[in-house]
Parts: sequence; C-alpha cells; structure tokens
Amino acid sequence: MSEEIKKFLYVNRKAPYGTIYALESLEVVLIGAAFDQDVSLAFLDDGVFQLTKGQDTGAIGVKNFSPTFRALGDYEVTKLYVEAESLAERGLSADDLQDITYEDEDDDWAEKPSIRIVNRAEMADIMADQDVVLSF
Amino acid sequence: MSTLHTVNKSPFSTQSLQSCLGHARDGDAVLMIEDGVYGAMTGSQMADAVAARGNAVSLYVLGPDLTARGLDAGRLIEGVTGVDYAGFVDLVASHDRTQAWL
Repeated sequence: MSEEIKKFLYVNRKAPYGTIYALESLEVVLIGAAFDQDVSLAFLDDGVFQLTKGQDTGAIGVKNFSPTFRALGDYEVTKLYVEAESLAERGLSADDLQDITYEDEDDDWAEKPSIRIVNRAEMADIMADQDVVLSF
Repeated sequence: MSTLHTVNKSPFSTQSLQSCLGHARDGDAVLMIEDGVYGAMTGSQMADAVAARGNAVSLYVLGPDLTARGLDAGRLIEGVTGVDYAGFVDLVASHDRTQAWL
C-alpha cells in the first residue's frame, strides 16, 4: 500500500518527571514509529530538561526513560530539534545533553548526531512545515 | 499555509501563551480557550505583549469560556475576536494545521 508520507512533529514542552507528559510523548513516538511517517521531535521550554544527561531516578521510584531517547535512531526517528533560547534561559548548553546518534543508511551507516540545536525562528519554521503537530 | 494555535492555560501559571506568541508566524491565528482566556483581558501584565502580537497574528477567544468565568467581553484586548464553538470549528477548518500549547 503506497500511502502518502506525512510530516509529524511531536512538541515537548514539559520537564520529565513532574508530570506524565514527557513519558507519554515518548511512548506515542515509539508507537507512531511503526507507521513509516516522517517524524521529528521538538524540545523547547522545559522540554529541554528531558534530554539532559546523568538522570538517575532510583531514589524517586519512577522509571528513568531518558536512555530510551538513544534508541530512537533504531526506529528511524533521527531529528531531535532543541531550541537554543530554551537551553540558555535555563542555564544549559548542548554539552549538558545526552549524546544521541543514529546510523545514516544513506551514508554507509555513518554515525551522526540526532540532536540539532535551532534558534526560536528556526523552530517556528519547523513547526510551520508539518502536516501534523502533536503537543505534549 | 498558516497554523491555528490554541492556548488553554492562564499566562499567569505557565509560559504557554508567551511561548506560543513567540513561535506563531505572521498570518497565523491564536485562539485562547479554557483558562487561556485570561490572556485576552485588558489591564494585565500580559496585555501589552498580547496586543502587540495582534498586529501580525489574528487573536481569538472562545466566548463560552469567557462567560463561564464571568469575564466581560467588553474588557477584551482590542483586536481580540470572540468566537463560539462553531467559530472554533471554522478556524480549525480554515488553517492547515492546529497546534496546541498545553
């Protein structure tokens, strides 16, 4: 069946453990990955906290789902857009984020970074370029 | 190719309206619903920022949510248009995509 491939953007604006939004978003992304669409993820506002390295939830009794982001490349989810202004407002830089990579099948499986830092105007353009925007 | 943005939180409890206004592109529409309607009222700390963006972005507020909260439609920021549920549907249908700011 040759159905039109649509561009899906998952918008993440919540920190990871205070509410269920972030985990639910990741679950939906993984489910949606089965449908062969053109998927991107956006991280802005408190959503950038989802990608910080060194998360350890052992003492609060909830699942640490941050390692799952590193598996997204295997599901062909390779575009994680992170807003520079949101990082800076929170005293973060790209160095505070996990290393998330994918293997590019069109480039002899070269390992490439999935995280792409963009500014606010670029993020607005990315949002406006989608067929479907799902917000979390 | 324009987007309808919906905002359902008060601008005094979250950054959703502020972030929405910062990402909406000229020609987009912003519809304030539920507690988002507090962002449409004059006299608040947010009012100037909302009004300023209204030059390039169409601003709407859902009337039933105003009424439910006892808010006076006469105190809406200038340029904000009230719509009913049918108007909400029309806005969704007349834009290419809808993006919720939760």
